[in-house]
Amino acid sequence: MSEGHGLQVDISERDGVAVLAPKGDVDMSASPNLRASLRPLVAKDKSRLIIDLSGVPYMDSSGVATLVEAMKLVRNHKGSLALCGMNDRVRGIFEIARLDQYFAIHDSIDSAIAQF
Amino acid sequence: MSKPLIRLELTSDPRILSGVRELVVAIALRLDFDKTSADQIALAVDEAIANVICHGYAREPGNPIWISIQEGPGDEPAIKIVIEDEATPVECENIKGRDLDKVRPGGLGVHIINEIMDDVVYEQRGDVGMRLTMTRAGNRALNSPTAKQKDAQ
Repeated sequence: MSEGHGLQVDISERDGVAVLAPKGDVDMSASPNLRASLRPLVAKDKSRLIIDLSGVPYMDSSGVATLVEAMKLVRNHKGSLALCGMNDRVRGIFEIARLDQYFAIHDSIDSAIAQF
Repeated sequence: MSKPLIRLELTSDPRILSGVRELVVAIALRLDFDKTSADQIALAVDEAIANVICHGYAREPGNPIWISIQEGPGDEPAIKIVIEDEATPVECENIKGRDLDKVRPGGLGVHIINEIMDDVVYEQRGDVGMRLTMTRAGNRALNSPTAKQKDAQ
């Protein structure tokens, strides 16, 4: 678990898939902490990663940029990344940015795991 | 337009953003915006101030940012928000959202502001600083036609 600027990030594993669960608003003050938590996970070859956003009430473009960066790194290492648990407020920013089709977005961890 | 309901001096520290969002949501709700629209307006303000901190002041803390909030005219909920700084002025025509077809980290803030707000005007304050004036009237979901699109019809 890491914590910084109000963002706690829990990391666990389910069925061989890493699950990263930030808890708190992901804005410009918190996204560096999320990026630091993601870095070791996305730099591995063929990593399988789920980011559970059910504990994120708010995200701005810096958070979205952090996830885009993570997705690009995962793809470069031939891995997979899925998002789950978004509330409508967070999903809205992905829709504005037209990134809702770029990411695999699931309702729950279970449905995200089923993708892998 | 009425006088500002509030005018605050902030500092260029990203930790202020959560408090500013709460303030904007609270005022927007008092102006009869619904929660969805109040959240959208707070997101636009967040993006605008983050741009000042990140690009205007190159993330250097301790620099001033001013935010003024006014009630807009008319029968439907309306708000006018002005954000000013003392950062190095930039050419206003260079402030634009990026091409969304090219997926890459960053560059989304201006696009988000333009999507949420009805009218967005950047101007230089003189030798030092920029002023962003943005207005929004009415409640709507993000994926509904914007007022700009409505005006074009």
